[in-house]
Amino acid sequence: MKKFLALLLALVMIFSLAACSSSSSSSTDDADETEETSAETETEAETADSDNPTVTIGVFEPLSGDNGAGGKQETLGMQYANYETPTVEIGGVTYDVELVVVDNESSTDKAVSAASQIVAAGASVVLGSYGSSVSIAGSDTFADAGIPVIGVTCTNPQVTEGNDHYFRICFLDPFQGTVLANFANDELGATVAYCLGQLGNDYDQGLINYFTEAAEALGMTVITESFPEGNSDFTSYLTNAKNQGAEVIFAPCSTSYAQLIIEQAASQGVEIPLLAGDTWDSNVILAAAAGTNQSIYVSTFYAEGGDEAFEEGFREWINSDSTNLTNNGGNDTIAAVSVMGYDAYYVALEALKNAGSTDPADVMAALSTTTYTGVSGTIAFDEIGDAERDAAYIKVANTETEAWDFVAVQTIG
Amino acid sequence: MASFLQANLPYILAGISVGGQYALIAIGYTMVYGILRLINFAHGDVFMVAGLVMVYASASLPMYISIPLVLIVTMALGFVIERVAYKPLRTAPRMSLMISAIGVSYLLQNCALYFTGGLAQVYPSIPWLSNTVTIWGATTKMVTIVTPILTIVLVIALVTFIQKTKMGMAMRAVSRDFETSQLMGIRINAVISTTFVIGCLLAAIGSLLYFTNYPSVIPTSGSMPGLKAFVAAVFGGIGSIPGAVIGAFVIGICENIIKSMGSNWTVFSDAFTFVLLIVVLLVKPTGIFGEKATDKV
Amino acid sequence: MNETLYTSSEKKTGNVMAICAIALVYVFLFLLDNFLPSNSFTLMLIPVLKKGAIYSLICVSMNLLNGFTGLFSLGQAGFLLIGAYSYAIFAIPADQHSAVYQYFDGGLIQFSIPEALGSVLGTNLGNFLGAIVCIIIAGLIAAAFAALIGIPVLRLKSDYLAIATLGFAEIIRAICQWTGLGTITNGSNLLRKYTSFSDIKISFGDTVFKLSTIFPFLIAMVSILLIVLLINSSYGRAFKAIRDDEVAAEAMGINLFKHKMLSFVISSFFAGVGGALLAMYQTTIQASAFKTAMTYEILLIVVIGGIGSVTGSCIASFLYIACNEWWLRFLDSGSVFGLSVPFFRDGFRKVVFSVIIMVVVLFFSRGIMGDKELSFAGLVRRLKRRKKPAEAAETSGGGDANE
Repeated sequence: MKKFLALLLALVMIFSLAACSSSSSSSTDDADETEETSAETETEAETADSDNPTVTIGVFEPLSGDNGAGGKQETLGMQYANYETPTVEIGGVTYDVELVVVDNESSTDKAVSAASQIVAAGASVVLGSYGSSVSIAGSDTFADAGIPVIGVTCTNPQVTEGNDHYFRICFLDPFQGTVLANFANDELGATVAYCLGQLGNDYDQGLINYFTEAAEALGMTVITESFPEGNSDFTSYLTNAKNQGAEVIFAPCSTSYAQLIIEQAASQGVEIPLLAGDTWDSNVILAAAAGTNQSIYVSTFYAEGGDEAFEEGFREWINSDSTNLTNNGGNDTIAAVSVMGYDAYYVALEALKNAGSTDPADVMAALSTTTYTGVSGTIAFDEIGDAERDAAYIKVANTETEAWDFVAVQTIG
Repeated sequence: MASFLQANLPYILAGISVGGQYALIAIGYTMVYGILRLINFAHGDVFMVAGLVMVYASASLPMYISIPLVLIVTMALGFVIERVAYKPLRTAPRMSLMISAIGVSYLLQNCALYFTGGLAQVYPSIPWLSNTVTIWGATTKMVTIVTPILTIVLVIALVTFIQKTKMGMAMRAVSRDFETSQLMGIRINAVISTTFVIGCLLAAIGSLLYFTNYPSVIPTSGSMPGLKAFVAAVFGGIGSIPGAVIGAFVIGICENIIKSMGSNWTVFSDAFTFVLLIVVLLVKPTGIFGEKATDKV
Repeated sequence: MNETLYTSSEKKTGNVMAICAIALVYVFLFLLDNFLPSNSFTLMLIPVLKKGAIYSLICVSMNLLNGFTGLFSLGQAGFLLIGAYSYAIFAIPADQHSAVYQYFDGGLIQFSIPEALGSVLGTNLGNFLGAIVCIIIAGLIAAAFAALIGIPVLRLKSDYLAIATLGFAEIIRAICQWTGLGTITNGSNLLRKYTSFSDIKISFGDTVFKLSTIFPFLIAMVSILLIVLLINSSYGRAFKAIRDDEVAAEAMGINLFKHKMLSFVISSFFAGVGGALLAMYQTTIQASAFKTAMTYEILLIVVIGGIGSVTGSCIASFLYIACNEWWLRFLDSGSVFGLSVPFFRDGFRKVVFSVIIMVVVLFFSRGIMGDKELSFAGLVRRLKRRKKPAEAAETSGGGDANE
């Protein structure tokens, strides 16, 4: 009896937890959810009606863990593209495209089985992942299965290096680091840079490494510090930057830390410009910067206003579904990673068309010669499998309108 | 000297502020450990849930309702956790109790992950507390100054409660000898529940202050402050409330001083906390203010 | 648990059956690696089996400490980390160093043990033996760290020990990520390109057979066997005596510190071996994955399996890994059998999982096996009893567990 009572209490606890967070998050959710489920069953019914064969595209993205936020936004881009173009014609036959989304939990130890899940689902081509370390961890599983992968925003050179099956549509860290160093030196006129990255995060450390190399070549002084995982007190680091006379703070960390850094810089009155890579191109940053005096510059893949038709459609799609809206961080700002996800999907379709078959080996062969002009520019692969990108967009956060303002297209040289 | 202070004041201010917030969490640890001999691993996560409740509550309710609501919900959560996860195991070995605490921590984190979708939630800014102030050239938030004062006031109130009231006396008796106090007619369950509720209340106040300073809540936000608060409790001598508070301030300040020491040291600011813990445990296993433990055979 | 309870004939038949069963498993794994066609089922089965075998070893090593010696240590992730890193550092081929240690000028260590052996014995045999040598080195380094840590820490009592070992795991992680050691540990970056399971092959003449699934089973089985032998030896009995009552054990002449240290070092050795296997399984290794959460995960598997049961830990490992990474994934996908369920979204799997764990901890605190073991000798006895109905009636519900 006692056990039963305790079990009952446990259940009550869980549901009360559920109730208090879901009820307060938005009272209109329930209505939306029912709508959404009916909409889903409708689309399912549609696909069931058509007798088209299916081609599977795997989506290997983190939906939880440290990179969950970015992974979700990237997946949204693919899902929107899939919503826009749900079929593809391969070798004269129209196929329905099915996205198999598998969560790799931002963790290298879960990446192998997540990748196997995609292989087991019979994917012809895989998109992902947000975050280079999970991409590398999953890479061998796809290689063994002979399935090509299109990296969307994994910028570490090691992802594609020595891998025939890994392609990538974004620029690389050495490029991005150099671009940012040039920008800091040319446009911001900085001579002392303070770099702050998360300890144990290869993205942060890698980008800082390339930034330092380029900046020192330009005659700048670079001070580098790392903060431990789970840190939330950045005041000391910001004070360090100030005391050491930094003229720019380069902090290419994940958005949850970025939020804290911006907030604390504002409350401490540290008015040194903040500079970061593509991870900061997110509405989370805009929300944190709103109403402050911080100048925040990011280098990224895409600047808003590049393609009106796409943006309008994407916004409409995001707003039509409460789950999508939540996954996008609660508003309809378009993240660059969503754009890249969107383009990656079309690159995959293009490769499928060129291959004329759904066999992964044919797709892999076709990918190296595939070119596609997407929202983020023209995508073509070099011999390593990297996209030939020679320009990055620099944007600045507008703290009044909560939007990104375009600053410059920065190239190397 | 003046210029040295000027340059280092931000570190010390940050240290004092963080220390005060650790102190509020550490009291919960130390009280629960004093009575149940349980490291309540879930305490840090209760702190995180308090933060999330605030995020959701303030989205639809005005501040003067949502703050009391946060305090009440957190206390209720503490009560429910104790009744569901710890009470059935009162006669079980201590290891089971600790595993149950780890389980609760896991559950709270995963629930938070599910409801937030893994996205960092922006903590609302509480008026007045979030205002910026300037002290001797160092700019900071009002909360930095409020935290140590509020912490000390709360500690004095708590110590008075424990020394002067009947319930406080019962708590002291239970922590001294569990079985005997039961035989003396003390309602053990009521005492334990009160302990949890007080601990959670302080954690909720701590979370209000902490997240006002660091306004981003993720499912794992509670684990690091929780662990550090526990170290603080051990440092000060587990079971001793003033000890926990002093320990928390020491850890908060040391941590920030290490961060000011240059790039080779900032890496170890977390590791330092644990080194301190191990050193304290080896040199003075009962902590600075801890009573000498007697081995019962 | 006490094997003397079995008659010699029961033991004999049990042993024969055990050997047959193990042989069958290995034949199946060999076929799985080489001949069975890959379909969506085997594609998921293989990684789950590999990881299940590795986790079995890791959980048994933790059980040795927590379940058999009664030392509540939470430092497992730290020793896994040491094992994984030691393995990887010694197994990265020389020509890959410049690619792996891209920010550290190719790193400090410029040789690879599998490669060195491979140049003498041929690539396949070199990889096989080299991997084993590296695994043993990984275990030894983990054990050496354990011995160092153990001297101060093992003097502490129950939960203080837990928190101190947990602290040590965090310190080890911070040290591994420190750029100062970057030329060895590669700082915050991944270690990769080292010998992994898919490199383990064996050649008979011209035919090459893959051993990628058998290998972790082999290493894990040998290691678990060694742990079981230890548990059943006089040392093992001393461990159990310490677990049950430290004071009484000391009074009986057991040197507490020596035995605790022995248990801690051996457990860490096998954790290091487990870490090395985990590195082979993942093909890349990064210190940031070895968080406290990993220790908790292992601890929970041990609890589910039953504290103090080796077979329980093994069964629970396979079940946990299969559920977590395979069978329960549908809970995240938003639909079951074509029906869409609105609250089935990302993270729901983890919520369900943690509820199950809480239920196990609260209501089935003895786990799947309690402190009993599953054995073939027990099975033999059960079968025999079934033949004698009179006896069978007395022992209804005994199962193949024996006490």
